[in-house]
Amino acid sequence: MLLIECPWCGPRAETEFSYGGEAGIPRPADPDALSDAEWADYLFYRSNPRGAHRELWNHAQGCRRWFVVERDTVTNRIAGSFRLDETVPVPASAAEKQPEQGD
Amino acid sequence: MNRYSAFGLLRNALSHNRNWRTAWRSPEPEKSYDAIIVGGGGHGLATAYYLAKEHGIRNVAVLEKGWIGGGNTGRNTTIVRSNYLWTEAALLYEKSMQLWEGLSQDLNYNVMFSQRGVYNLGHSLQDMRDIERRVNANRLNGIDAEVVGTAELGKAIPHLNISPGARYPVLGASLQRRGGVARHDAVAWGFARAADALGVDIIEQCQVTGIDVSGGKAVGVQTTRGPIASDRIGVVVAGHAGVLARMAGLRLPIESHPLQAFVSEPIRPVLDTVVMSGAVHGYISQSDKGELVIGAGVDPYNGYGQRGSFPVIEHALQAIVELFPVFSRVRMLRLWGGIVDVAPDACPILSKTPVGGLYFNCGWGTGGFKATPGSGWVFAHTMAHDEAHELNAPFSLERFSTGALVDEHGAAAVAH
Repeated sequence: MLLIECPWCGPRAETEFSYGGEAGIPRPADPDALSDAEWADYLFYRSNPRGAHRELWNHAQGCRRWFVVERDTVTNRIAGSFRLDETVPVPASAAEKQPEQGD
Repeated sequence: MNRYSAFGLLRNALSHNRNWRTAWRSPEPEKSYDAIIVGGGGHGLATAYYLAKEHGIRNVAVLEKGWIGGGNTGRNTTIVRSNYLWTEAALLYEKSMQLWEGLSQDLNYNVMFSQRGVYNLGHSLQDMRDIERRVNANRLNGIDAEVVGTAELGKAIPHLNISPGARYPVLGASLQRRGGVARHDAVAWGFARAADALGVDIIEQCQVTGIDVSGGKAVGVQTTRGPIASDRIGVVVAGHAGVLARMAGLRLPIESHPLQAFVSEPIRPVLDTVVMSGAVHGYISQSDKGELVIGAGVDPYNGYGQRGSFPVIEHALQAIVELFPVFSRVRMLRLWGGIVDVAPDACPILSKTPVGGLYFNCGWGTGGFKATPGSGWVFAHTMAHDEAHELNAPFSLERFSTGALVDEHGAAAVAH
């Protein structure tokens, strides 16, 4: 069970939250200018890292607000929670770890 | 290869079972191969087997980072069916079903394929409309399917709660009689042994750490047991497909999730078919050992740890007790998680890539086991001819930019 820190409500059990996928994917500023490949990238391609991952969570059974959690996808260790307005949209994959033998 | 037979059993019994040979060799890796398969799960081994058998490419290595049968092949709930809604998916899974039906004889290895039927339950009027639509679509594609009502369900599955007073009353089901279960370990071992007999080198404890690309073409891999050259590389690594893709500078439209399964303590025969419900979201069958084999949906968030979260376990078992109140006091024996690679449309990617000679077979998500032989069969064709077979042509990487998705999310008889 994850213990997730809501920036407004504090640490709560995972069951109070719903998951919203990778964070920091901005909506295209000019959708008409996008090629098919760029649309595919926006809609379907995610970094899916093995390691640090910044992701959206919604405190569905609490304050109902969205926020960002940085979680390690192998160990599930949570590095921290951020409000959306304090997040720098740098993809977490930059800090991705190499796979280890035997995991 | 020593063929397994009644005579062989007798001969080995007379020599006190001391002369059985190992099912496959453990060769040292060569410097180069005509083809390399990364990933020694069922799909990878099947690919190697069909490369050797159907296409005469026998100088093949299967590189497995752990041991054969230690990954998702040995972690699933062993259900085999082909009742998918969309024609592209239905034909692919039906090819697999046809291969399953002769697989034990073909491999000379008993994969214990048991066509005990698969029921997909409907719990609402809309569920039943969807079931009728899917059954009709299946029949138009030549796949056996029928709609059954609660009276028949009550006879076929005596312990199923068909009471109208249930929280989510069962209104009926689809039934694919040719569906069923197979022994998952035996599938991996059988393909490994049969591929080995055709000359394929199965190299365990050999993790790929890099993919060498030169001039836009794949030329080999770096492994924990040294570099191995090949200009034809198939990557079949399920949950870690994205990690391997990055080694070649590619990205894939998939995300990895833990998928959990459970078995109960062994009990007497109580359930002789497979029951699935997308609405309460659980599926169950009983193994030959008597254990109830139970699965459910993926953990909602991305993950590479081979374990899942407790709320998902609770949800799955609630679903099973809802369907079968009689199991409420059965104790669970083991639970485990595998890492599944989920594509946006819940359909696989069986595709060439922008890197020449590099092929990916991934994105099977929660339902790859049933496709094991068919997946290997079409992927071997793709690698041998550098061109997709007509069965897997719709499952290319390009579909995500052309928009021609095969949307089986929610359509494929069970929610994902």
